[in-house]
Amino acid sequence: MNVRKSSAGSTVFQLLNYAFFGLFTLSCVFPFYYLFINTISDNNLSATGYITFYPRGIHFDNYLEVLKIKGLGTAAFVSLYRTVVGTVLTVGASAFLGYLFTKKEMWGRQTSYRFVIVTLYFSAGLIPWYITMHNLHLTNNYLAYVLPSIISPFNIILVKTFIESLPPALEESASIDGAGYARVFWSIVLPLSAPILATITIFSAVYQWNAFIDTAFLMTDTKYYTLQYLLYRYLNEANSLANLIKSTQDFNSLNLQNMQTPTSVRMTVTMIVVFPILFIYPFFQRYFVKGILIGAVKG
Amino acid sequence: MSSASGTNPGTNAALAASPPPRRRGLANKYKLFLMALPFLVVTFVFFYLPIYGWIYAFYDYFPGIPLAQTEFVGFKWFKSIASNPIQTEEVIRVMKNTIAMSGLGIVTSFFPIVFAILLTEVRTGWYRRIVQTLTTIPNFISWILVYAIAFVLFSVDGGLVNTLLVKMGFIEQGINFLASGNNVWLPMILWYWWKSLGWSAIIYLAAITGIDQELYEAAEVDGASRFRKIWHITVPGLIPTFFVLLLLSIGNLVNNGIEQYFAFQNAMNKDTIEVLDLYVYNIAFANNFPFATVVSMLKSIISVTLLFLANRLSKRVRGESII
Repeated sequence: MNVRKSSAGSTVFQLLNYAFFGLFTLSCVFPFYYLFINTISDNNLSATGYITFYPRGIHFDNYLEVLKIKGLGTAAFVSLYRTVVGTVLTVGASAFLGYLFTKKEMWGRQTSYRFVIVTLYFSAGLIPWYITMHNLHLTNNYLAYVLPSIISPFNIILVKTFIESLPPALEESASIDGAGYARVFWSIVLPLSAPILATITIFSAVYQWNAFIDTAFLMTDTKYYTLQYLLYRYLNEANSLANLIKSTQDFNSLNLQNMQTPTSVRMTVTMIVVFPILFIYPFFQRYFVKGILIGAVKG
Repeated sequence: MSSASGTNPGTNAALAASPPPRRRGLANKYKLFLMALPFLVVTFVFFYLPIYGWIYAFYDYFPGIPLAQTEFVGFKWFKSIASNPIQTEEVIRVMKNTIAMSGLGIVTSFFPIVFAILLTEVRTGWYRRIVQTLTTIPNFISWILVYAIAFVLFSVDGGLVNTLLVKMGFIEQGINFLASGNNVWLPMILWYWWKSLGWSAIIYLAAITGIDQELYEAAEVDGASRFRKIWHITVPGLIPTFFVLLLLSIGNLVNNGIEQYFAFQNAMNKDTIEVLDLYVYNIAFANNFPFATVVSMLKSIISVTLLFLANRLSKRVRGESII
């Protein structure tokens, strides 16, 4: 009697548990699916809310048409630029500084290290930071996207910890052969640190791609807008978006069914912005997970 | 430095025999520092120089006019927090929002533990892996994209939820979920967990894997139920991690960031969504720079103090620091 009761309870628990995770997972995935089926469905049906669970009137014009909107190409370029250049700079600098900070013979090592790491815990505040950027002429300036990210204390900690865990014999043998610090770094430490560098590369690329607050603070000229910020403007400025669409559209060449609407533009741009993340995530998931676990040990 | 380079050539053979750190000459210790120097300068410029910006709190500064031509007013803007009734009211409102949202985050910070424990109870390997992969995705999209999703699902015209509700006859007209004067604390914490629950659970999932399996086996021999095993073995195993994260979030009580609230803010929900960072942004871009600087500055000081206290607490309780 007793055994039966507990196993029934256990089955109910298992069912509820599976259902809970099923529903939560669905809530994480469905929005992306919903966006996608709307961008490839008949725009009139989509704009009036007729596309809910499956696509209708499939076409891919939206992805071509949206590229004609003034400013979108530039924004895509700015986003790509900051992702590539910003990531290369921060990974390079974190690797090199992380390596230097493992050198016990370095003059002022402890102080320099603390000087960098303290910035994790203290900042002067958003407005003082903005004023500084303004005084440095880094407002409406492409450099503002990549220069401040060169120093990433968290990444430096990760690299330093990783290099310290490598067998010192490898480095020693190279320096006995007469290699200088730069050379040891380039041909020994860098290749050996590939796993940790992959982790911080993927993290900073996602960070750069997703960043938008710096645009809101620093950029007033639309040519410096990133995709993220442009999308934000599209979501909030319905009227100007409608005008923008009108000014871009060539009425003669388009069939009226797939005219761009504010809804179609918003959804298509959202898909374009989200796509790189969805695309890389399955391939790099283990690096993400590794990143948080090392961070948890040392952070 | 000169003495170091002078002795180097003559004692090469002797140095080569000694262990590596000493074999490198004295010059090397400065060379290493010089290699790090450019990066220290960058750190100084972007992280320390802004502290100089604090002086704007003591002037009647207005953007466009050089600081040298503006009047030094001492603590006028600091005092105005208490003396100017409008500003007092605003600061109280903003502090309420800040502490409410951080507080809700702290109160619900056990969610990832529950998520992790329940997920380990899922015995079907592929199902567990799929859940784990897909629920972490939202963590890697920006708050703008989360807002775009909220927009597509909940907007008043054409949003999925409104369309379905109208079609099914529950409501006649769409409800404006996103732009209403209702309090947004709860929706904000729900969006927060939608985005980060799966990801935050990973650290606990790893901790559960690290718990000694023999404990469970021994408990089973003793006839412990599923719940008792969770309560007496799994939970105590996760508490140390939880405690560190809890202390960190207490240290970050006033740092709830700007991104989420910036993305979701509009004219209607401004009263309950404005947290400190967002408030500072809004008043600065309404051209009240000195007051925005004052609030920024006080926030930084409070934040560092809290973090310091949390760290002290951690040292006392766990004998280990969190930072």
